[in-house]
Amino acid sequence: MTLFNMLFFAIAALIVASTAIAITRRNLVHAVIYLIFGFFGSAFLFYLFGSPFLAALMVIVYAGAIMILFLFIIMMLRVEAPEEHLFPPRQMLPAVFFAAAYVAIGGLLLINDPSAGAPLTEARTEPAEFGRYIFTQNWLAVEIASLLLLVTIIGALLVGQRPAREDEE
Amino acid sequence: MGIPFGYVLALAGIVVVLGMICATTRRNLIMILLGVEVMLNGAAIAFIAAALRWQQLEGQAFVLFIIAIAAAEVSLGLALIVYLYHRTGSLNPEDYQVLK
Repeated sequence: MTLFNMLFFAIAALIVASTAIAITRRNLVHAVIYLIFGFFGSAFLFYLFGSPFLAALMVIVYAGAIMILFLFIIMMLRVEAPEEHLFPPRQMLPAVFFAAAYVAIGGLLLINDPSAGAPLTEARTEPAEFGRYIFTQNWLAVEIASLLLLVTIIGALLVGQRPAREDEE
Repeated sequence: MGIPFGYVLALAGIVVVLGMICATTRRNLIMILLGVEVMLNGAAIAFIAAALRWQQLEGQAFVLFIIAIAAAEVSLGLALIVYLYHRTGSLNPEDYQVLK
């Protein structure tokens, strides 16, 4: 077993464990902090799989911006840790049924697929090469993503504005 | 030598299932949005493994757009959650029963 394999299994265990802990927390702040660890694990995995640029982006955007936005909102709303009945059986049973079916069928599919055993070997994409690829082959998608972000900014501004106006009246 | 591609797909599948359980069983809008984030993360793991498996850059390009879309979705979703909280004083989706 090489270091590459050991790193993969360690990172996979880290991601699954921290995500599983995060989704069962009653305290929202704890959930977000555990999820930040999970996203750091994903960033490690991206680095291991040879894309250091996306690993940096994962840390900056996912762990740094998105999760901190969650923390801001949780603290702004001062959610007083409601006595949320965790995992009510009425919703839990169908979810567990579909999750088990999904895992079983997916596992069988992977066992059945001969090309699923193809080993991944180490490779590396330099950020410059990746950027050149993105802006020459996928420039339209980049434009669409920027337009989407613009629309989101305008939408968030509109949605966030309204309650303040009603208070003034 | 090397990790079988199926292992990484299994990891991505487990992460997506965890996110799905979070999004469907929690009764808190913020946790539901976190579940969607976890599912997007699982999809990103699958794409990056596929990029390595076939030595193509398309998978990595997809992950870039997944990150951009996740950022857009979260900012708009949180703005809506704040708006709903100011209107109803609750984060429980079962409390939203007024259609106006």
